[in-house]
Amino acid sequence: MPKADELFKSIDYAPPTTGWMETPVDFSPGNWCYPAKPEKIQYMESKLPGLWGEAREWSPGDEDWKLPSNWKEIVVNGFRERLDKFRTLKLFMDICVRCGACADKCHYFIGSGDPKNMPVLRAELMRSVYRGEFTLAGKILTKLTGSRVMEEDVLKEWFIYFYQCTQCRRCSLFCPYGIDTAEMTMMARELMHLVGLNTNWIMEPVSNCNITGNHLGIQPHAFKDIVDFMVDDIEEVTGRRVKAPLNEKGHDILFITPSGDAFADPGIYTFMGYLTLFDYLDLDYTMSTYASEGGNFGSFTNNETMKKLNAKMYAEANRLGCKWILGGECGHMWRVVHQYMDTMNADLQGDQMTTPVNPITGTVFDTAAATKMVHITEFTADLIKHGKLPLDPSRNDHLRVTFHDSCNPARGMGLLDEPRYVLKAVCNNFFEMPAGTTREQTFCCAGGSGLNTEEILEIRLRGGLPRGNALKYVQDKHGVNTLACICAIDRATLIPLADYWAPGVTVTGTHELVANALILEEGEERTMDMRMEALPGYEDEDDDWTPPNM
Amino acid sequence: MNALYSLLFVFLLVLIPLFGVDAAHMKTFFGVCIPVTAFIIFIIGFASKVINWGRSAVPFRIPTTGGQFKSFDPQLFKQNKYDCPQTGAQTFVRMVLEVFAFRSLFRNTEVSLHETKDGPVVAYKSSKWLWLFAIIFHYSFFIVALRHLRLFLEPVPFFVNGLEFVDGILQIGAPTMYMADAGLVAGVLLLLGRRLINARINYISYVSDFFPLFLILAVALSGIYMRYYAKVDVIAIKELTMGLVTFSYVVPETISVSFFIHVFLVSVLMIYFPFSKLMHMPGVFMSPTRNMPNDTRAKHHVNPWNPDIKPHAYADYEKEFGVPMAEAGLPLDNPDNGKAPEEA
Repeated sequence: MPKADELFKSIDYAPPTTGWMETPVDFSPGNWCYPAKPEKIQYMESKLPGLWGEAREWSPGDEDWKLPSNWKEIVVNGFRERLDKFRTLKLFMDICVRCGACADKCHYFIGSGDPKNMPVLRAELMRSVYRGEFTLAGKILTKLTGSRVMEEDVLKEWFIYFYQCTQCRRCSLFCPYGIDTAEMTMMARELMHLVGLNTNWIMEPVSNCNITGNHLGIQPHAFKDIVDFMVDDIEEVTGRRVKAPLNEKGHDILFITPSGDAFADPGIYTFMGYLTLFDYLDLDYTMSTYASEGGNFGSFTNNETMKKLNAKMYAEANRLGCKWILGGECGHMWRVVHQYMDTMNADLQGDQMTTPVNPITGTVFDTAAATKMVHITEFTADLIKHGKLPLDPSRNDHLRVTFHDSCNPARGMGLLDEPRYVLKAVCNNFFEMPAGTTREQTFCCAGGSGLNTEEILEIRLRGGLPRGNALKYVQDKHGVNTLACICAIDRATLIPLADYWAPGVTVTGTHELVANALILEEGEERTMDMRMEALPGYEDEDDDWTPPNM
Repeated sequence: MNALYSLLFVFLLVLIPLFGVDAAHMKTFFGVCIPVTAFIIFIIGFASKVINWGRSAVPFRIPTTGGQFKSFDPQLFKQNKYDCPQTGAQTFVRMVLEVFAFRSLFRNTEVSLHETKDGPVVAYKSSKWLWLFAIIFHYSFFIVALRHLRLFLEPVPFFVNGLEFVDGILQIGAPTMYMADAGLVAGVLLLLGRRLINARINYISYVSDFFPLFLILAVALSGIYMRYYAKVDVIAIKELTMGLVTFSYVVPETISVSFFIHVFLVSVLMIYFPFSKLMHMPGVFMSPTRNMPNDTRAKHHVNPWNPDIKPHAYADYEKEFGVPMAEAGLPLDNPDNGKAPEEA
């Protein structure tokens, strides 16, 4: 792994001397994610038949990818079928003028200089086949129109580059026609899945989600153990033993967050933040082990799997008799909830479900009337606005905070101001990263859409350059030491990214900071934050300090 | 290379009517048959492409949002109505801004890498060149095309006369120079130059990217040549064009060959249009990331091919994990699931 400044120096934006169709693809290790274990494919094939190709051991580094003999027919027919099912695909195949406005908008291009990471060329990998296989002009004029027929090399190139797109949609924002590379990446992946080209870092979470309810494969009793540990930790920090209801019937609200929050630092502190907040409010809610995943890894495979995994949310709300769903901090979960959920699964909503109402403030969330699902920062912002949360932001004074907009809520939803409102209410030192890197122009953590895997770490760190560099800027200028976000993938991937590009910055969820600042009872004294690190003024008392409950 | 091929093609295209009219005297063929056929191909090709797009489903509402959405508390969190529209009217304004002002392109930035004493810096600066070139080109082309209505309509509508007056308001030369003529040539040259000089853009350019630019340039130059240098017989041309519109074809003898070259190139452009990237013109109106309101959480929307897929059933889940669930004290729907196999 090169050092940060070496990597930076290695970036060259000059295109190669060979045309892109003639430039060979590098299949050396580090350029691809590991393929799925056969048993994961077999399991999903048993649940959603016909979508996965034949399960097998194979490696992208090998010459022979063990494709089925009729692979070309499968891919071309699948392509044709999707042109009818998705106007986006058909239209985006035809109307790109290759103006290049998107070219330097992709974080992977900015960090790698590889022209096939320019969104325009990434999409051309697919468009060239579309023209060659489906249009008359492309069939006659071939190279002059940039068309080619589907060959094994083309499919292999797809595998590398469509698993080097995080579907962050930054290019789409800048495209004069709104061409959405995420949409084409989704289609390319659907087609690749049909012939068994996949990655384990997506397929294992998908199959886990279906079996256990969450992508990590945490079984229900283990999930309860984790939550119990967190309850203990909260008690140690706050002196309050919080309720953490699981799978309980008869509550109004079902709370679903990405399971990454239950798994590792720093997500668990965010989870502790939710639990602390809900207990303070005495909220009538439950969590579920069966629907213990907000994130939808199915959306990285095909729309059928996305639908199947998403359906659990409504199914569980019905079983438990909940009226509406409160959703935790997660990026792509919220794109699925916001843009797909009601369309896919509205028929599964039970009669008991109603337009969400905040029971503390009485606010009716009409904006969520169809999905019955509210984002936690909307919920908390509403509480803060109505003065329902006594807050002591000085408890976060040791933190100098900036905010990372997650791509999906930013460009697939428009959730920008609520998290900022919450953050500014709970901490005194908030600083924005430079314009052009925030809000709808935010840069991806480079680990979204199932790319959060170690075997492509250099690619991720390269893709993380734009975010890391903006972070470095506020670190140098304002002494920022904390990067807040509202996405579980961010909480996992931004840590190595910050260590590499802006060492010294830690990553936090927004509700961790809410819990830090939340005054649970009058006169309460807090000596440490949710991470059990001493608050300013209490550092020296570490040795003889005893938790209040001991 | 791709640019040279395109240039060569356009040259060949100019030669066809040059010889066809001058040597072979095929005036009716080039003055009537070709343009009429081209127009028919254009209309049918254009319409069938748009209908073909329209036949494909829009299963999900996936607008790319650029700004704050309509919040539960619109006072506290002010909605960015035209980049993140929530209603049909707001979406309409977004589309108008997109189509008439190229708003997304206006946002364009350029990235650059710098090594400073404080370490590496990735910088972004606003880059409106492409926006400017595109605006000059498209508006000039649009005005020039509208001005041509003078040849096809009798009486000439007031807005065409008005447009001509404004377009020629600088009153340079005789006949008066139209700003749009200069703008069209400048716009094409700027876009062409960008494609040739910018290595990154050049790398992604095919013949099919250069060809329409050269073709439009040739159309513009032949038009300018006719008007300012050859000073063709406009009365005779109007006679011909009115004949086309009224289906009573006449080809007056006084029309010079430059007119036939111009008409032939325009015909080629019309034929080429429906099969090329030029279809971005109707396509921009249909782009699902731009032409739909961002209201999917508030309003139900139907996917016409929504597959019938159910989630992994909770009952199966409880069957599988019932024993450890019971041990952990998690509630069960069916208490039998909590019994170890030997008890059951």
